[in-house]
Order: sequence, then C-alpha cells, then structure tokens
Amino acid sequence: MLFKTSRNQYTENILKLLLIIAATISIITTFAILFSIIFEAIEFFEMRSFWYFITGTEWSPGIEDSKFGAVPIFAGTFMITIIAMLIAVPIGLCSAIYMSEYASHTIRNLLKPMLEILAGIPTVVYGFFAALTIAPLIVELCEYFNLEASFNSALACGIVMGIMIIPVISSLSDDVIRAVPDSQRRASLALGMNMGETIVAVVLPAAMPGIISATLLGLSKALGETMIVVMAAGLRANLTWNPLDDMTTVTVRIVDALVGDHAFDSPDTLSAFALGLVLFVVTLLLNVISLTLIRKFKQKYKVNTL
Amino acid sequence: MNKKITIYSENPFYDKSLKTRHMKATIFKMVTLSSLLFSLGFLIFFLSDIVIKGLPAFQQTYIQVDVTYNEKTVKSTRKAVNKEYRRLVSRSWLRTIPQQVIDNPNLMNTKIKLWILADDQVDQYLKGHHHNLKPKYIQSVDNLVKNNATKLRFNIIFFTRGDSKIPEYAGIKSAVIGSILTLIVTMVVAFPIAVMTAIYLEEFAADNLWTQFIEININNLAAIPSILFGLLGLAVFINLFGLPRSSPLVGGLTLAIMTLPIIIISSRAALRSVPDNIRQAGYGLGLTKIQVVKDHVFPLAFPGVMTGSIIGLAQAMGETAPLIIIGMVAFIPDSPNSIMQAATVMPAQIFTWAGMPERAYVEKTAAGIMVLLTILISLNAMAIYLRKKFEVKW
Repeated sequence: MLFKTSRNQYTENILKLLLIIAATISIITTFAILFSIIFEAIEFFEMRSFWYFITGTEWSPGIEDSKFGAVPIFAGTFMITIIAMLIAVPIGLCSAIYMSEYASHTIRNLLKPMLEILAGIPTVVYGFFAALTIAPLIVELCEYFNLEASFNSALACGIVMGIMIIPVISSLSDDVIRAVPDSQRRASLALGMNMGETIVAVVLPAAMPGIISATLLGLSKALGETMIVVMAAGLRANLTWNPLDDMTTVTVRIVDALVGDHAFDSPDTLSAFALGLVLFVVTLLLNVISLTLIRKFKQKYKVNTL
Repeated sequence: MNKKITIYSENPFYDKSLKTRHMKATIFKMVTLSSLLFSLGFLIFFLSDIVIKGLPAFQQTYIQVDVTYNEKTVKSTRKAVNKEYRRLVSRSWLRTIPQQVIDNPNLMNTKIKLWILADDQVDQYLKGHHHNLKPKYIQSVDNLVKNNATKLRFNIIFFTRGDSKIPEYAGIKSAVIGSILTLIVTMVVAFPIAVMTAIYLEEFAADNLWTQFIEININNLAAIPSILFGLLGLAVFINLFGLPRSSPLVGGLTLAIMTLPIIIISSRAALRSVPDNIRQAGYGLGLTKIQVVKDHVFPLAFPGVMTGSIIGLAQAMGETAPLIIIGMVAFIPDSPNSIMQAATVMPAQIFTWAGMPERAYVEKTAAGIMVLLTILISLNAMAIYLRKKFEVKW
C-alpha cells in the first residue's frame, strides 16, 4: 500500500485544485457581471451627464435630442415595489405565522407544497395574468367608481408582483419562526400569556432579524422583477403619484433599450447598462444587509437549517 | 349565567381583561388563517383562470367545403374554394395545395368535399370569443353550422408545429425543442461546477476569510435580479466572445450562471446532512480525504444533490428576462437542430404570443402556459418525491 501513496497524493492534489477552480468561478461570475455592466455604464456617462441621469425628470430616448433623466423611472419602480410590499409583507408574514404556530402537522404538510407551487410559477405567467386579467379588472372596477385607470396601471403590476413575492417572504419567515426555541414559548405560556400574545410579544420579536431579512430579500426581488412589468406596466416614463396611471420601471427600460435595433454603442442602448448598474448596486446592498441579519440570527440561536 | 359571574368575581386570580385578551388572540389567529387562505384562494383563481382561457386552444375548428383542384387553383390557391367560404378556411392550408397536387397527381382536375382547418376568426366566433368576422361571413359560417359542416377536432398542430404568424397554424414545438437544447447546455455546464464547488466548500475549505467571501458571493448571486445575468450574457458571451445571438448556447450559458448558486446551496445542505462518523470511519480505515468524499459522503448526499438540481432546472426552464436580453424572443417557425442556431424557449414563446394583437393568440398563450406549468409542476413533484423517498434519518 505504501508505494501507492505518492500517486494518491498526486491525484488528490489535482482533484483538489479542480475543486478550488470550480469554487472560484462563482467569484469570477460576480465580478464579470459587475465589470461588464460598469464598463458599458462608464461609456454611457462619457456621452451623457451623470448628474442629469440621477436628477433629470425627462426620459426620452430614440429621438434626436434624446434626454436621459431617470427620476420618473425610479419613481415608477418605487411605486410598484411599494404596492407589492404592502401586499406581500402582511400576507406572507401572517401565512408564515399560521403555518409555523397554529397549523397541525397534516395541514402544514398539505399547505407547504401549495405555497411552493406559487413560488415555482414562472414570472412570465404572472405577467400574462396581470396584463389580461387583473389590469382589465381594475379598469372596470375604477369605472364603477368613476375613476380613470390605465390598462397599464402601476396598481395591477404591484398587486400581481405582491402575490408573486408572498411565498418568498412566507417560506423564509416560516423557517425563522420555527427556529425560535420552544423554551421561549413555554416560558411565556407558563406566565399566563395566551397563544396570540406569546406570538406577538415573544416569538415575533425574537424572529425579527429573520423577518426583516426576508422582507429585504422580497424587496430586492420586487425591484429586479422584469416579466410582470414588461408585460403589464407602461413604457412611458411618467412622473406621477397616481397608482392608477401607467408608470415604467428600471427593468422595463432595460429590456426596451436592448430589444430594439439600435447600434450597440449608441446612448439609447448603453442607457440600459447605466440603469442596470443602479439596479445591481441597490439589490446588492439589500442582499448583503439581508444576509448579514440572517447570519446574526443563526449565530444567536445556533441553527444550521436556514 | 348570573352564578358564573359571581364565582369569577369571588376568585382573586380572575383577570377581568381575560375575555378581551382571548378574543384578541382568536382574532389574531383568524387574521393569520385568512391571509393563508387568501394565498391559496389566489392560487386557485389563478390556475382556473389560465385553464379556462387555455382549454379551448386544445381544440380547433374544421369546416367541410368543396375544394377544386385544377391548373388555375394551383396557381392562385385562393380560388380552390368557393367564394362564399374563401375567407373561412385557413390561409396556411390553401398554401399547401400545390404540394398536395405534387404528392398526389390524381387530385388534378377533381372537386372533392374536404374537412379543412378553419381560419382563426371562424374558430374564435364558434368558440364564442371576440372576433372580427364581417356579417356576410358570419352568415356563411352559420350556414355551415346548420349543415353540420363544422366540427372541433383535437389541436394536433399546436404540438407538432413551430411558431407562425397565422394563429391557427402556430404551435409550441420549436419552443419546446429550443428549451430542451438550452437546458441541456445549462445542466452540462452548471451541474459539475456547482457540485464541485459545494464539495470544496463543505469538505475541504478551511473556515477562513476567503471561504466566507466565496460563501457570501454565492448567496448574493442567488438573489441578484435575473435580468442582470442577461446583461452579462450580452456583454460577455455575445459582444466579447462573439457567440451567435439568440442561440441555445448563449442562453444555456447565461442560465447556467444563474442556476449555479441554487444547486450549490442545496448540494451543500445535502453534504452537511451526512453525519461526521461516516467520514471518521473512512479515515479510521486509512482512506484519503478524496476517497472518503468520492466513495462515501457524496453517494450518500446524492439524492439531495439531485433534488436541488431538479429545482434549479425547473427555475431555469421558467426564466425569461435574461433570455429576452440576449435575443431569444425571435420569431422561430422551424425547430433548431443545433445549439448554434437561433432558437426560442417556452416562456419566451409565451411572452411573444402574449404580445400578439389577434384574439386567437390569447388562448394559445394560456395553452402554452398550461404546458409549461404541467412540466414545471411535475419536475417539482419529482424533486419532492426524491427528497421523501431517499431522505435518511441519521
């Protein structure tokens, strides 16, 4: 056996090297994304002013005197995301509370796959649903109340996007709430608190970092969501407070800039990379905060399952 | 009732707020339950909406009319059908007349009654949907219905043909083949890299700053908006490497990068669940680290790795946004037969159809969604089944 050791050592080292190379690919990918976006974005900012990009209120590509002020685009993204979060956070969190605290084992085993189905539906399907079912429904409802709604209303996108994010928030919150040690619940119940009070006063505060982390993850998903808004939101960069009006988002403008037949080095096309850079930076920030919070939670309660 | 109250009031431990507290707790429970029911209710509403919209697409209208085959009608195929019914038959069927005569010369100079695929407007009219038929054509369709000369047949065209600008002739086949080619590229690239990364991080890497950096990176990659992967694919694979636009190769590579973190995270969880005493026993027998991993730890973690890969595959299959960016939404009537040709994938086909103005494409879109969801749900069910079947309690 001894004489085989050196050969074993040799293959061992080669295999180990292969594994290290594989692990490095993920890092290369992140930097490739970052650099490919940054280089094109820099090219864009060499042609157009960065200051106008973040403060200008007119976005009119494709014409001779094209202007690239992204404020209305950010406003639209913001509006749709807020509507989505207003729906997803309460419903997702409450569903998670019911599943982890009240539901019996059988019901839980039945409900969890259902939510997983909801999570597995492709976003293009949600987009079709938003554009052909929810948007006309909202227009009809608004007509009933003598309001005027656009067929590309921010509200329709927001509602469907909110529903899309429910499983993201509920499944992570569910895991976090279940990770809160039972001893805390028992202590609270022993002091005479009932189930509802125990959840509100003891379990939720303990799980709060995880819940915030889930919310941030949902937020980052909402900001980067593309298909729903491409299919159901407007194209026009419209600065308004009215959720029934059509608004556009960062992702819609990225897609619109890149599917056309523009030359690759025109500002019209490159503006997509400038918007992509903003999206990357914001979601990266949200993800890092979210991951740090969940790490702290894990260390505090010593759980490995998250 | 009166008696009860006196008992309570005599009890020094009786908390007067108890009733409201319990009520509040019950209300809280009801609120949580109703929000869960809302999600499920939405799921049911959503699925039934899609099924109601999509189900009619699996049947298509055929009408029985006289077809004349002669020199004149081969040249100008419109004239093969009586003027009254000319607009009611599918244009794409008329185009096949010259080919039919070549295939079967006996047809020449005959007039036969045939069941022919109807125009999409006729189809929509008979299914009771919105249509643009002119009144005089409605009249002739009604005549056909009266003479029992219309019928609905199973829509085989939807599964055997590619995309078409003529709604009744549009099918999902080229998109399915495009999806398969793209996903093969994805899995061939992503699976080995992801599994190797997981093994390295879980079994070999020391817990130092570098490893933590890789870990944060992978978790972060899993949460990056998918459209940014499209920007990467466009800038690197197409502009830098010069790979063909719209090809399954570029689409597959882009999706592979997106699927990597999903497979890595689940493979790591699977490897972590293998207990340490298996490894200790291996070392005790004098095995090297690689041998322990290759022959003992990895085989035990394999079902978990497979589950994660199937879930990753399902996610890649439903992804559209990055593929739009790299041009996989093109109009593709013929199925691609290599990974370098222009292709489209199922979700991109759904997206294209959803943007078509003709009403007939709405049911096609919904039908495409039904096909896609069936595949995705069965993939996920398979993953859950694998997890349940091979789950080992240590």
